Amino acid sequence: MTDQAQKEGGNAWQSEAFLKNLKKRKRSERRFRLTGLLAILTALTLLAILLFSIVSKGYTAFVQTFVTLDITFAEEVIDPNGTLDPAELRSANYNKLVQNALREKFPDVKGRRDLRRLFGLVSGDANTKLRKMVENDPELIGKTIPVSLLAGDDVDMVKKGYIDRNLVEDDRRVKDKELAWLDVLEADGDIKLHFNTGFFTNGDSREPEKAGIAGAMVGSFYTLVITMVIAFPIGVMTAIYLEEFAAKNKLTDLIEVNINNLAAVPSIVFGLLGLAIFLNVAHMPRSAPVVGGLTLALMTLPTIIIAARAAIRAVPDSIRQAALGLGASKQQAAFHHILPLSMPGILTGTIIGLSQALGETAPLLMIGMVAFIADIPGGFNDPATVMPVQIFLWADSPERAFVEKTSGAIMVLLGFLILMNAFAIFLRKKFERRW
Amino acid sequence: MLNKTLGLAIAATVATVALSGQAMARDQIRIVGSSTVFPFSTAVAEAFGSTGNFKTPVVESTGSGGGLKLFCAGADLNTPDITNASRRIKKSEVETCAKNGVTDITEVKVGYDGIVLANSKAVAPFNLTKKQIFSALAKQVPIDGKLVDNPYKTWKDVDPSLPDTKIEVLGPPPTSGTRDAFVELAMEGGAKGFDMLKDLRKSDKKAFKAVAHSVREDGAYIEAGENDNLIVQKLEANKDAVGIFGFSFLDQNSDKLQGATVGGVEPTFENIADGQYGISRSLFFYVKDAHVGEVTGIKEFIAEFTSEKAFGEYGYLTEKGLIPLSEAERAEVRKEALALAPLKLM
Repeated sequence: MTDQAQKEGGNAWQSEAFLKNLKKRKRSERRFRLTGLLAILTALTLLAILLFSIVSKGYTAFVQTFVTLDITFAEEVIDPNGTLDPAELRSANYNKLVQNALREKFPDVKGRRDLRRLFGLVSGDANTKLRKMVENDPELIGKTIPVSLLAGDDVDMVKKGYIDRNLVEDDRRVKDKELAWLDVLEADGDIKLHFNTGFFTNGDSREPEKAGIAGAMVGSFYTLVITMVIAFPIGVMTAIYLEEFAAKNKLTDLIEVNINNLAAVPSIVFGLLGLAIFLNVAHMPRSAPVVGGLTLALMTLPTIIIAARAAIRAVPDSIRQAALGLGASKQQAAFHHILPLSMPGILTGTIIGLSQALGETAPLLMIGMVAFIADIPGGFNDPATVMPVQIFLWADSPERAFVEKTSGAIMVLLGFLILMNAFAIFLRKKFERRW
Repeated sequence: MLNKTLGLAIAATVATVALSGQAMARDQIRIVGSSTVFPFSTAVAEAFGSTGNFKTPVVESTGSGGGLKLFCAGADLNTPDITNASRRIKKSEVETCAKNGVTDITEVKVGYDGIVLANSKAVAPFNLTKKQIFSALAKQVPIDGKLVDNPYKTWKDVDPSLPDTKIEVLGPPPTSGTRDAFVELAMEGGAKGFDMLKDLRKSDKKAFKAVAHSVREDGAYIEAGENDNLIVQKLEANKDAVGIFGFSFLDQNSDKLQGATVGGVEPTFENIADGQYGISRSLFFYVKDAHVGEVTGIKEFIAEFTSEKAFGEYGYLTEKGLIPLSEAERAEVRKEALALAPLKLM
């Protein structure tokens, strides 16, 4: 080419062939950039669609409809003998108070079917709420005060606009009569939307209006504590030993390959392993966070080991040499210098491993943590479920009102994941050193 | 410092593990089993726990077969106390149970569940017969005295009275109890409508079952997974599709979906309850009698489940979509259940 350019006497950089080639290269560059941009745009659009569909369905889960009724704490219902005996106060039929209040409000409702519909306006949760009120303050007996009670799930759906009033009556779960009662209550200002504290303080329930994720959150917490307590020290010690102390030979190579392979094993396999070891051999309790935590620890270990090894390897050799040169033992060099310097990287890896464990359901299926558990677990051995499992169970429920609860729970879970990842980024930014 | 913390953490974990290894007397009932009975079982569990006298039982959804496997694994307290089933316990399962020391089992029938075929309200409702259901969904159908691979593409091909739309049915996969029941009740019932298959049933029952229970695999029947809500959503989006699922999902989505009549009978609460609607099955739970007295509250739980306010005609379970037994049946079931009557297999 140079020969030819010289022959022509012109500049090689302006030859026709060169310009053509340049054009081609520039085109290729532009194409590549465009593809990259498109890839990012596609990813962002998909993410936006996902978030939009979850948030648009789920934001209503954070408010709940309440009905205010004038409740008369009639003595003949709560404490017919006038003894104020706690056992009697406990077993009284407080639903009767709600039913009386509703009958008083709508005196012309007659017939078993209609009355049932009328009583359905208020959630069965009212029973518990009124009982607690009386137990805390027996003075209430005989008085009439307005009480704000949870509305039934159908009322809630109407209030939130999920049920179309304009449909033919037969096509609706909520009938004309119920809508008429609701309009009366609405006109009197007795129906209100409040922030749904129950969603964050209640355990699971079959009644969507009562269902909350507190049980699942506590279960997830216990499970992750066990996972961290097991996986973090073992993972870090393994990484230190393999990087700093172990001889490089066929055996350590084999171990390394196996650890990398384990990180890619489907999580359900760890569930089967957990079932075989912890339940069938060690006879640990089913559905308990301790077993879930151990199983998830097995799953998280490879992730932590790989991250920790990478972090340890990133510490410059000069630091190791300097410590040894000043007379430190190998152990002192590892624990006084290398480990602290690699900690940010190790912690980041651990947190990412844990957030992966937080979102896992498949291994828990095998050890009985996919279950209806209404009580909030009080310890590592109590039956518990975790947040993704709760989402799965709600998504499978027939009641319409569970749709918003499902999306609401997903939003909470995503919130936790974002928090954990943000914390990982914070740690990295704050403590990271560059050499 | 770090070493000390690590040591402590490991010691704590080992202690937890050691403690949890012991099997102690339980004060919480453990229930496993059918995903169809799950919504009812959990509702009773919740009502039972909310009285404050007992802990709320733990209910796992493992499927009928999986539940019975766990239930029959042994009689010690690490095994479940109750298992739910959307079919009766099989003879082979009773034998496995007995082999593992579970000899006394009480059967409690709790009600019925209807299986419906439904489509979107935007189009006309289907009026089907079991014979048409079989023709539309079977892998092989008899034509001119011979079994041939199902040639029907549209509903109109099956029967001129049906609409001229592609056959597209979303239903449960073979692992599901709903599928078992559907195949047994609807498909087998339809197959009997063909003289040729009727004769086959008399001569070779196994061959008949193989034909009657095979669902076509050419794309007309789409396995939509165990999640019935998913089928409901897909039916909303695709007006020509028909879905197969439990009655409670039709009940909850009556504003969007309509059930097909089967043999002229609409899938309504009343029609399923009095047995007119042809595709319905019984739901059960089984109690391990050896655990009664060892685990607190089992008897009270049975009493709660079989009380009028739960499985009665106006009980809270009917609101969840359970179709109640007749009054006489309920009284009988209650009496037998509370007496822990032993299982009688026919």
